[in-house]
Amino acid sequence: MEMILDIVSWVLITGGVIFCLIGGYGLISLKDFYARLHAASLIDTFGVGLIFIGLMFQAGFTLVTAKLILILAFIFFTSPTATHALARAAINHDVLPEVDTEEERELVRKTKTTTQGTP
Amino acid sequence: MMFAVAAAGVVVTMIFAMARALMGPNVYNRILAVNVFGTLSVMLIAIYGFVDGRPEFLDLSIVYALINFIGTIAVTKYVTFSDMGHGDDGDPAGDI
Amino acid sequence: MNIEIITSDVLNVVTLLFMAVTGIAIARIRNLFAVVMLSGIYSLMGATLYVILDAVDVAFTEAAVGAGASTVLMIGTLALTSARENATGSSQAIKAAIVCTFVGIALVYASLDMPYFGDPSAPIHHHVAPRYLNDSMAEIGLPNVVTSVLASYRGYDTMGEAFVIFTAAAGVITLIGRGRREKSPSERKTDSQNIMKRKIVLRVVSKLLIPFILLFGLYVQWHGDFGPGGGFQAGVIFGAAFILYGLIYGLGTLRAALPSWVTRVILALGVLLYAGTGVVSMIKDARFLDYNVLASTPTGGQHVGILLVEFGVGMTVFAAIVTIFCAFAGRAAADVNTVSDQGGAGND
Repeated sequence: MEMILDIVSWVLITGGVIFCLIGGYGLISLKDFYARLHAASLIDTFGVGLIFIGLMFQAGFTLVTAKLILILAFIFFTSPTATHALARAAINHDVLPEVDTEEERELVRKTKTTTQGTP
Repeated sequence: MMFAVAAAGVVVTMIFAMARALMGPNVYNRILAVNVFGTLSVMLIAIYGFVDGRPEFLDLSIVYALINFIGTIAVTKYVTFSDMGHGDDGDPAGDI
Repeated sequence: MNIEIITSDVLNVVTLLFMAVTGIAIARIRNLFAVVMLSGIYSLMGATLYVILDAVDVAFTEAAVGAGASTVLMIGTLALTSARENATGSSQAIKAAIVCTFVGIALVYASLDMPYFGDPSAPIHHHVAPRYLNDSMAEIGLPNVVTSVLASYRGYDTMGEAFVIFTAAAGVITLIGRGRREKSPSERKTDSQNIMKRKIVLRVVSKLLIPFILLFGLYVQWHGDFGPGGGFQAGVIFGAAFILYGLIYGLGTLRAALPSWVTRVILALGVLLYAGTGVVSMIKDARFLDYNVLASTPTGGQHVGILLVEFGVGMTVFAAIVTIFCAFAGRAAADVNTVSDQGGAGND
């Protein structure tokens, strides 16, 4: 039983670490701010999630697991909100995404004006 | 042993995030990097609690996650409005 | 060697390296906005270092105050000044470097005389520390020795700290003022009519989170006897919830929910509670801040005393944080033209 829990934890934690590294590498090497937002969200969801679930298997059914679930739920609520706030602030301040074709550029311009009025 | 691997992975990702914080050509990149750094600190402290065998550190992780969120919102609001007390004065762009 | 010890040591070194890199970057970068963000990272790394050194209560306070409240307040200050640092002349640089090098060498030479970290024969482990550690459970009965030392054995020092926080908030009120005036009822009605047009993500999420943050603050306040926590940390967390409310709904709405007279009263009530506990001890024929006489048994009295005193500290810290935030944010709103966008606050 211990062995199985350990193996499961190993797999989950290794997966979480791999996602963190991928997200971190994307943070440096991607060329566009909005693409980096996507890379960062990898860390906040899969990275934290898999590592914490792996830690939960190590802790068993105790208060520690409850606290880990609490932190996970908090991060799942607040990290997308912060990303949303940041992206809207950036697009309202003329940080333009790099797009290739003219119709996409038109879409970007329309997004900027319509973010100001609609829910 | 697995905690050591997890801690190593988190530290390497922190190096990436710090590089982005130092490189970022404009302020939004830096805010993003600090946000990611905060989440990684939450993870590092939780993992370190398991390394040391003292899970009381998890209270600290909750506070970090909280502070990270509030800090990011404050900074974004300042950058948008140059003023942190700005509220809903009828301006539809007045909400982030 | 044990893998856990290796991990601790490596993390120690890595954290210090991060702090060094951040420190150098803070000194070199001219954009003050980036400097504030980097100092947030610096405080986070400092708190992680305290965790690795096993000082959890200190790490708690550093995380809450240094990484959170300080960053928010420094951003508020940046709103009042310019966002770029002027380049200073380099004619004094050589002399400054020589002086710094000599002082650094002297300090390193002096530090060679200090005992090793954790050395059991170091002087610090032989005076009052053994007495606190050995007798705390019998005399006070709390598992968390940090709280018993802070609030009972060294309660007089902590009272001084609470008064320092009170003075800081009073100074801010005197110098900067109380912030924006509260909204009139007609303004508030227009706002609520406009709410349907708003983007609602932040508002909904913060409405979900603020009650839990307040509950967590109360948990930290009362749980400080058994785990990391206590009055200082709880006050900051409680204040952070109100700061979040003010950031999202506007300063006027925050002032409507928490008028400035309420904040001032709580600020004063906190230190009054602390000093008052000491006076009550004196009335019962014991020394100032001697908690043994506050209940029927000495340990019961200690529990009651520590509870009251930590609550007083929590109230004062909460009121101070909210006061300083409202003062800075209100002043910026009064000075800056909020309609036109001030633009690239930090574009490099």
